[in-house]
Amino acid sequence: MSFEPKNPTVKWVETRLPIIGMLHHALYDYPTPKNLSYWWTFGSLAGFMLVVQIVTGIVLSMHYTAHVDMAFNSVEHIMRDVNYGWLLRYMHANGASMFFIVVYLHIFRGLYYGSYKAPRELLWWLGLVIFLLMMATAFMGYVLPWGQMSFWGATVITNLFGALPVVGDPIVTWLWGGFSVDNPTLNRFFSLHYLLPFVIVGIVILHVWALHTTGSNNPTGIEIKDKQDSIPFHPYYTVKDLFGLAVFLIFFSAFLFYAPNYLGHPDNYIPANPLVTPAHIVPEWYFLPFYAILRAVPDKLGGVLLMFGAIAVLFALPWLDRSRVRSAKYRPIYKQLFWIFVIDCVILTYVGGKPAEEPYILIGRLATVYYFVHILIFLPLVGLFEKHKPLPSSISEAVLDKKPGAGEAGNA
Amino acid sequence: MTNTTPVEEDGVKRRDFLYVAAGGVGAVGTAMAIWPFVDQMNPSADVLALSSTEVDLSAIDVGSEITAVWQGKPVFIRHRTEAEIEAANDVDVESLRDPQTDEDRTERPEWLIMVGICTHLGCVPLKESGDFDGWFCPCHGSHYDTSGRIRKGPAPLNLAVPPYAFLDDNTVKIG
Repeated sequence: MSFEPKNPTVKWVETRLPIIGMLHHALYDYPTPKNLSYWWTFGSLAGFMLVVQIVTGIVLSMHYTAHVDMAFNSVEHIMRDVNYGWLLRYMHANGASMFFIVVYLHIFRGLYYGSYKAPRELLWWLGLVIFLLMMATAFMGYVLPWGQMSFWGATVITNLFGALPVVGDPIVTWLWGGFSVDNPTLNRFFSLHYLLPFVIVGIVILHVWALHTTGSNNPTGIEIKDKQDSIPFHPYYTVKDLFGLAVFLIFFSAFLFYAPNYLGHPDNYIPANPLVTPAHIVPEWYFLPFYAILRAVPDKLGGVLLMFGAIAVLFALPWLDRSRVRSAKYRPIYKQLFWIFVIDCVILTYVGGKPAEEPYILIGRLATVYYFVHILIFLPLVGLFEKHKPLPSSISEAVLDKKPGAGEAGNA
Repeated sequence: MTNTTPVEEDGVKRRDFLYVAAGGVGAVGTAMAIWPFVDQMNPSADVLALSSTEVDLSAIDVGSEITAVWQGKPVFIRHRTEAEIEAANDVDVESLRDPQTDEDRTERPEWLIMVGICTHLGCVPLKESGDFDGWFCPCHGSHYDTSGRIRKGPAPLNLAVPPYAFLDDNTVKIG
């Protein structure tokens, strides 16, 4: 399916810069497996949220002041004085949570259907890089309002680097631009918070490029074999994604208009005080599983290494998982392990939000051990010993088999 | 599935209606979503709250002038001399580029209050200078007379008179 424009202006541009054709291939006739479920909507939702964050962020920065004496008040100015400022700021703050929700679902979708396996290893890696950049961006964004949680979150997270032997202290001083979290820290965080989303946009373009090179995975995990297996992206998946977006926007709006501070911490409405730490300090919900892993280890360096390790092992996933079958649909043992892993991550999130005391410490340690056992031991072993269910010979067959009546005719 | 063929009425199909309805709702929804992003650049509540300034006139002697700030703009407040008032009235109004009598431009003839921004391209004119001993804009050479009216140079209009009222003999409220 090649792109042959009729319009003379489009033709003129196309022969000089084939950008319209490129977009046409990406959004119009990209051959997509015909059996994608709604679990495949979260990629485009993540893209949508990235745009929402960038647009609201640019607008907020028109009213925000990156200075320790003025940052907190400028945020209140946005909330009270700027036209629709309350809406824009709540969109941005809740938008970060929404972004993480859809990205986590997107990642778990990939884990369930084996989307990280050959030939999609680079696609998976690029996704993880986006995830890491998102975490850095979200963390620095949370510092900007310069409330109590902003300040102490910045202090705790930057101190993580102090765990490194020898270079730890100089690195922390370098990150701060001084001997404590202060105005230089706030200014560089604002600069980087503005920069990183555009870096994410660049990686997203590579992510989509890689996706369109290997093609989308699908619920069967079987590649497209002939024309019977695929449908063009437009109108089938544009409409499906738009419907998914509409449903998602209802969910987003429920938080935005009815519980805009539900996912935040009231302590961040107290201006930063470098002399008093809040009694109970926890990161935003999307960092909690990693925070739980950090606290599970009774050693400063060990905790930091294990926390970064929890993400690092995900890069090795394509080689740790020895099974050649992608979809958990046909992997009875992996399917159960997957759901146990999901529960484990939920437990880590829960424990991360609790104070550092028993029984949460013990639960956190067990859940941390299981996280690594699942990825480093169970995944390779299951791949070797598991007997998978018979795979359909094609996507078409898998789809048609489900239709009532088709089975009788085909298998009689 | 009772009827899968499109129902046609006067050449309009149901599907046409659906397209227009969905597109219409989508367009209105998008416009409503975009509005806050546009409106946030308009003056905020705290800026609008600074819409008036009160100035104490007691310290301004005859023949001298101060510059007050109103909405971020310079406002010239001049305590004019008899000679200046006379010069301002001794003009054929019809011959002016922007015809206005001196009476139209003042509440009390001894107090000339006007926005000190040249109507050409926004510079602040210099006092007691120019061919008419009023104001002279150094940017592109506009000459204003002792009533702040444009007499010579590229500016199209007289220096603007802001809304103001005397609260008492020594206090004026601008805005």
